[in-house]
Amino acid sequence: MAGQSDSTMSLFSSEEIEFMAEDEMTEIVPNLRMDSLNFICGDYGPFLPQLAAQVPLWLALALKKRGKCTIRLPQWMSVENLTRVLEAERDSHAFQPLPFHYIEISRLLFDHAREDIPDMYMVRSLVEDIRDVRFHKVETNLEKFTASTVTWKNMSAMEVNVIRAFAGRALQAFYKHDNEQQTPDTDRALDKQPQIPTDRPKRNLKPR
Amino acid sequence: MATEESASVMDDYEMLISTTDVELLKRAWRNEKAAPEILQFESSLVQRIKEQIELAEQNEEIFEANNIEPLTVSLYQMDLDRTQFLLRSYLRVRLQKIEKYLFYVLKTDEYLNRLSKQEQMFARRCTDYLGSHLDETVLAKLPDNYRSILKQSITSEEDDMVPAPRLDTFVICKAKQYLSGLDFEPEYSMEITEMERDLLTFVCYKFVKKPLENGKIDLV
Repeated sequence: MAGQSDSTMSLFSSEEIEFMAEDEMTEIVPNLRMDSLNFICGDYGPFLPQLAAQVPLWLALALKKRGKCTIRLPQWMSVENLTRVLEAERDSHAFQPLPFHYIEISRLLFDHAREDIPDMYMVRSLVEDIRDVRFHKVETNLEKFTASTVTWKNMSAMEVNVIRAFAGRALQAFYKHDNEQQTPDTDRALDKQPQIPTDRPKRNLKPR
Repeated sequence: MATEESASVMDDYEMLISTTDVELLKRAWRNEKAAPEILQFESSLVQRIKEQIELAEQNEEIFEANNIEPLTVSLYQMDLDRTQFLLRSYLRVRLQKIEKYLFYVLKTDEYLNRLSKQEQMFARRCTDYLGSHLDETVLAKLPDNYRSILKQSITSEEDDMVPAPRLDTFVICKAKQYLSGLDFEPEYSMEITEMERDLLTFVCYKFVKKPLENGKIDLV
């Protein structure tokens, strides 16, 4: 993909984005009795069998892996909703509202909680289709931007991260050239504002 | 629209629960990673987090002594691991930035004051070592006029061998509330006039430096 350059260029690794996604709240139905957990990141529980509880995704997955709960599929991951989103996604240029971390959340649930997802294959292929349509949109959007600020509604974490390096540098170049047109004498502009930082030191020695 | 309304209710809910120190640290970590320059060290936040980590470590010993269920213990361990990861990563990103802009940070008071005491010590020692290394390997062998670490030659008026952070880097940010022109620096009033809440915006870092420092936007 266009934005996929050197991995050190993208600010957040996919693992780091997954780490952030794991803090999203998820509903679980525990099958054990457990006292409240007073974590550094917040208090959860107490847990009683068959009583739904809200916990961060990482905790839900940890309990799930030990067979201590079932995870309730988030409402946006229902087949009806995903079908609707996919259609709207295809019909419009805009991005449909989805959780910021929809790719990571769905991926984690597919990997670790497949038996809790009714119509697993349907859900999975819908999410993949949505992702493809959206990534395609991201790519075509890249052809369009020109302004010095660009806004996107409802773009998700992974999508942002993929285009970050490429789009960032492109916009920076636009910005630089725009300003050059206004102040053709860049050397003088630099002298006036020595604060304007440059990553690379000037190669040429002072002409004087 | 119904979906939009429920989204904003969800956001308010998120705002309410997102006030834990871990959440604040995560925000600081994200901002620090995304910003081209080094930001103010979150000293009281880091202090609080450190205390909470110590407390959790003590609790762990108590759990072991009291034969608490291994499942519970392991969950507490996970929570501890996550917080420690965040803290380490935050500190590490800052060290990387300090190393990258070492000489610039040291000669700019504004930046130097953003560092913690330990970071300042680190920066000074790093400069000493790097300086003497460069002296020994290269600079001492050059003609007199070219021996400065900071300048290309003694005819340079500025320190033109010191890389500085590029404030015209583009960053992606999200406003926590609607921002009007007053929230931005007046000198950029031509470039940026407002920012809608929750809209992802690709923008030149220096335009949004002020609202970022005031905690009105987050970098993502």
